[in-house]
Amino acid sequence: MADSYAPEHPVGHPALQHHFENMEQQREAGALGMWVFLVTEIMFFGAMFLAYTLYRTRYPESFEVASNHLDIWLGAINTLVLICSSFTMALTVYCTQIGKQQLQIFFLVLTMIFGVTFLGIKGVEYKQKYDDNLIPGQLIPGHPFNPAVQEEGAPPDHHKLHMIPGANVRNVELFYWIYFAMTGMHALHMIIGLGIMLVLLYFSIRGRYGPEYHNPIEISGLYWHFVDIVWIFLFPLLYLLGRHIAGHG
Amino acid sequence: MEEFKVPPPSKINYLNAEYGLKSWLLTRDHKRIALLYLGSISFFFMLGGVYAMLIRLELLTPHGQIMTSTTYNKVFTQHGIIMVFFFLIPSIPATLGNFLVPMMIGAKDLAFPRINLLSWYIYMLGGIVTIYALLAGGVDTGWTFYVPFSTTFSNSYVVATGLGIFISGFSSILTGLNFIVTIHTMRAPGMTWFRLPLFIWSHYATSLVMILGTPVIAITILLLAFERLAHVGIFDPAAGGDPILFQHLFWFYSHPAVYIMVLPGMGVVSELIANFSRKNVFGYSFVAFSSLAIAIFGFLVWGHHLFVSSQSVYAGMIFSFLSFAVAIPSAVKVFNWSATLYKGSISYETPMLYGLGFIGLFTIGGMTGLFLAALAVDVHVSDTYFVIAHFHYIMVGGTLLAYLGGLHYWWPKITGRMYPEGWGRFSALVVFIGFNLTFLPQFLLGYMGMPRRYHYYPEEFQVLHVLSTAGASILGVGLLIPAIYLLWSMRYGPIAPANPWHLPGLEWRTQSPPPTENFEETPIVTWEAYEFAPLDDVEVVGKFGERKAEV
Amino acid sequence: MQSWIPFIPESASTESSRVDALYFYLSGVTAFFTLLIAGVIIFFVIRYRRRTPHEIPRPIAGSHALETLWSVIPFVIAMSIFVWGAGLYFHQSRPPQNAIEVYVVAKQWMWKIQHATGQREINELHVPMGQKVKLIMTSEDVIHDFFVPAFRIKNDVVPGKYTTLWFEATKPGTYHLFCAEYCGMNHSQMIGSIIVMDQTGFNDWLSGNANQQTAAGAGQGLYQTLGCASCHGNTGEGGRGPALLGVYNNKVQLSTGQTVQADEAYLRESILNPQAKLASGFGPIMPTFQGVVTEEQVVQLLAFIKSLSSQPAGAGGAPGAQGSPKLPVREPTR
Repeated sequence: MADSYAPEHPVGHPALQHHFENMEQQREAGALGMWVFLVTEIMFFGAMFLAYTLYRTRYPESFEVASNHLDIWLGAINTLVLICSSFTMALTVYCTQIGKQQLQIFFLVLTMIFGVTFLGIKGVEYKQKYDDNLIPGQLIPGHPFNPAVQEEGAPPDHHKLHMIPGANVRNVELFYWIYFAMTGMHALHMIIGLGIMLVLLYFSIRGRYGPEYHNPIEISGLYWHFVDIVWIFLFPLLYLLGRHIAGHG
Repeated sequence: MEEFKVPPPSKINYLNAEYGLKSWLLTRDHKRIALLYLGSISFFFMLGGVYAMLIRLELLTPHGQIMTSTTYNKVFTQHGIIMVFFFLIPSIPATLGNFLVPMMIGAKDLAFPRINLLSWYIYMLGGIVTIYALLAGGVDTGWTFYVPFSTTFSNSYVVATGLGIFISGFSSILTGLNFIVTIHTMRAPGMTWFRLPLFIWSHYATSLVMILGTPVIAITILLLAFERLAHVGIFDPAAGGDPILFQHLFWFYSHPAVYIMVLPGMGVVSELIANFSRKNVFGYSFVAFSSLAIAIFGFLVWGHHLFVSSQSVYAGMIFSFLSFAVAIPSAVKVFNWSATLYKGSISYETPMLYGLGFIGLFTIGGMTGLFLAALAVDVHVSDTYFVIAHFHYIMVGGTLLAYLGGLHYWWPKITGRMYPEGWGRFSALVVFIGFNLTFLPQFLLGYMGMPRRYHYYPEEFQVLHVLSTAGASILGVGLLIPAIYLLWSMRYGPIAPANPWHLPGLEWRTQSPPPTENFEETPIVTWEAYEFAPLDDVEVVGKFGERKAEV
Repeated sequence: MQSWIPFIPESASTESSRVDALYFYLSGVTAFFTLLIAGVIIFFVIRYRRRTPHEIPRPIAGSHALETLWSVIPFVIAMSIFVWGAGLYFHQSRPPQNAIEVYVVAKQWMWKIQHATGQREINELHVPMGQKVKLIMTSEDVIHDFFVPAFRIKNDVVPGKYTTLWFEATKPGTYHLFCAEYCGMNHSQMIGSIIVMDQTGFNDWLSGNANQQTAAGAGQGLYQTLGCASCHGNTGEGGRGPALLGVYNNKVQLSTGQTVQADEAYLRESILNPQAKLASGFGPIMPTFQGVVTEEQVVQLLAFIKSLSSQPAGAGGAPGAQGSPKLPVREPTR
């Protein structure tokens, strides 16, 4: 043990926790922690991507039918909304780092508004699926999966499934379970993200974050970007899939 | 190399810094959290042990005397679930790892003390939910939860048990996350990666498996629960779902989980072998990197659990090949530990006995793993007692022995008291004999064709089953002895010096028990791992007897 | 039921002695390395015991040569085991063409077995010695596993798909049949016997149980009663539905343009879920038979469809063929 060593406690920032040597170490630990957490999130979603890949390969026609029944426009708008929210989140981090507190709060609120918009549109979509009896299994008791199928020659009805040869209603149900599982899990992450932002907003208004201490904003931003990226994968895989398969079929 | 200078004992340490239940339940001290874990894990171990004894008692006779088949099925299921998810997976990392990772790298605490405490609460919540499921009626699916039995046919508390496992999984993730960040960012000045004790390397590798694997079992159990509750069809062949998908997802976690259990044990054994022979570990970097290799390769071999489950022949061959490949780093470790003893100065205290026992039993466990990786032999022995014997050699002969060895080794540091050496050696011997008598016959049973999870069995298997039960009784006694004397020693054991084994590791350079912040001041590391100092300044009394504290 | 070597089960198939040989090799390797490690450790522990409390041995850093040596040698040995085991496995998983086919349907907690010649058994399987037997297996409920220790064979029996096993028994006798995949309450009682008989004994057994329809014959009856004939033709010549004559194990062109092999799995799927892989040129008019026919009935329909390929003259095979049983022989297709 070096007797000469005198621990240097830098000017104690009020946010420095006792077990860290300095703010730099604390910041590093926080950021790395979030990255590691995001790795676990990737594995978490990964299992569902695997199930998706397996069944899409096995039942391409059913997946095409099911995908074509999704509202591509609502999906596209939501994609845009999320990209905007990612941008405003990045601006929130930037404004914190340069010490513009008013702008920081403004962009944080804007990010939250985008987030809520996304969830609202998602809700509208879920409602449509509910009305078309597309909720798989007995997820909602008493409301089984029972979509109407478009009859040949009947006037086209966008509430009905347009079956093609090789498609099977039970496998369409499989798609919808994967759709609800993945988008539902994604929405849950959005809700958690919004909760975190409420806390950030509270402390931002109290002026806790600034150029010296912006760790929580930064790592929450990382989380938010991750949630957006998941959607960037979900949108083409779920919404654009039908058109993709049809184009190559 | 400097001399050992340990700060003079101070009266204040982490155990008596605060008093009262609240000071424990709200603590953020990694050492206190480790003790919380130690207590709860011991409880679950005893619960799982009771189930194990029930299994062995029932199998004394071929026709089942004590319980019905339904009860038997629940007993072995709950033995598996409790032991795997609530004992083996958290065992070494959550107790010894929690206590020692910060101390060995010279940090004051883990990077996220609050998350560390949270992980214990999550573990307890998962445990309570699982115990609720057991009390409500239990679960009879086997710990593997294979569909469609678990989703459609089982008439037991599958979802509640699954929920318990799901919840406790997050405690594992948070522990792994905390370790990774701590090891990356909190090392003391001078503590470079290649000065880290191998215990740290193995915990780093374990943490990688925890954070990469556990989320997959979480989502798998979630899907299973939805399938059972809402019949969404994802694993249901009638709806186009594939029951084998469940097995792939399940084993993608549950095979690497074996490495969550055994890698920390390897870390403990590296410490024991090196320190009780006063030698640096032979081929340090090979042992360190073999931990990482095991963690990474461990993710590529899950398919060897599916050799007879209608998986494609070619997939079987690839998984077989990779399974043989993952055996190599384990073999390298065994050879390096053996070589470490060469020209050492070996003493035989209880922890070393456990360490040596680990090498022997792990060798047998690992070698019999080759039988299971060899496709044609696996066809015959999979789902038989051969598999049971194999994984008990790894998990009991490996993990449990390392855990006990580690517990004895660091007991003076953790409690400030010495355990009784004579009793320790005696019980280590009893455990070793009892264990082998329990599980060696099961290899033979397996090759003779005795399937696992059988309540009734043909009479020709009875002799070996009786032997196995006899061994289990001895093993049970062997495990009760340390439980008693360790508890006894917490109050009546001789006061432990700061460095009872005269070792160079950082954890021995502070008081026993350590102060709340581990070190009086942040240490600066100038020595390599396992760099042993001359002991001239250390007074040692008796060859194996009690030791006096340094003056 | 032991062999002359202790703790080795009876060896009663062509495969079992091959598996045993690998097992002995593995046991030898294990014993060698376990004793080596144990011997080395015990020697070191005694030879280098601590003699004075203060001694500090000279550190030894390690040796790349040794590390390489003890990585490469285990790897080479491991590869020898891998190649050996994989070779046997590959052999096991390729059923020979000229095997007797037996259908196995598992359910909680029994084995229902039907011979191509019509004999049905529960929890018992009579097979002739010296003939290759192929099992085509499926489950009605959960996953089971067909395990015959004396033959060293085992395979899961999975609902929703067919798995196969094959063996050639070499010794008359009665052998254990176990369910090896945990399947619920009476899992340990889902056991049975494999009864291996010499050819004459087996023929006697067959004729003693010959008052039943052949599997294909039963399938033919179903074919009529379920109304299959109205579209696929009375003798499977086709009509509004595709022809079934000779379809088994041949290529089928699908409406999507792909081709598939009309194996058991495809035929089963086409009965239970006809729209999944529609044959080219036919409309999606066939109703699904999911839930209408049991797994056993599917198996009988398959036997009938197969008989249309192997014996175009006598579709279904005449019931009660005495003496040498008529066995559907699979024609090589390529």
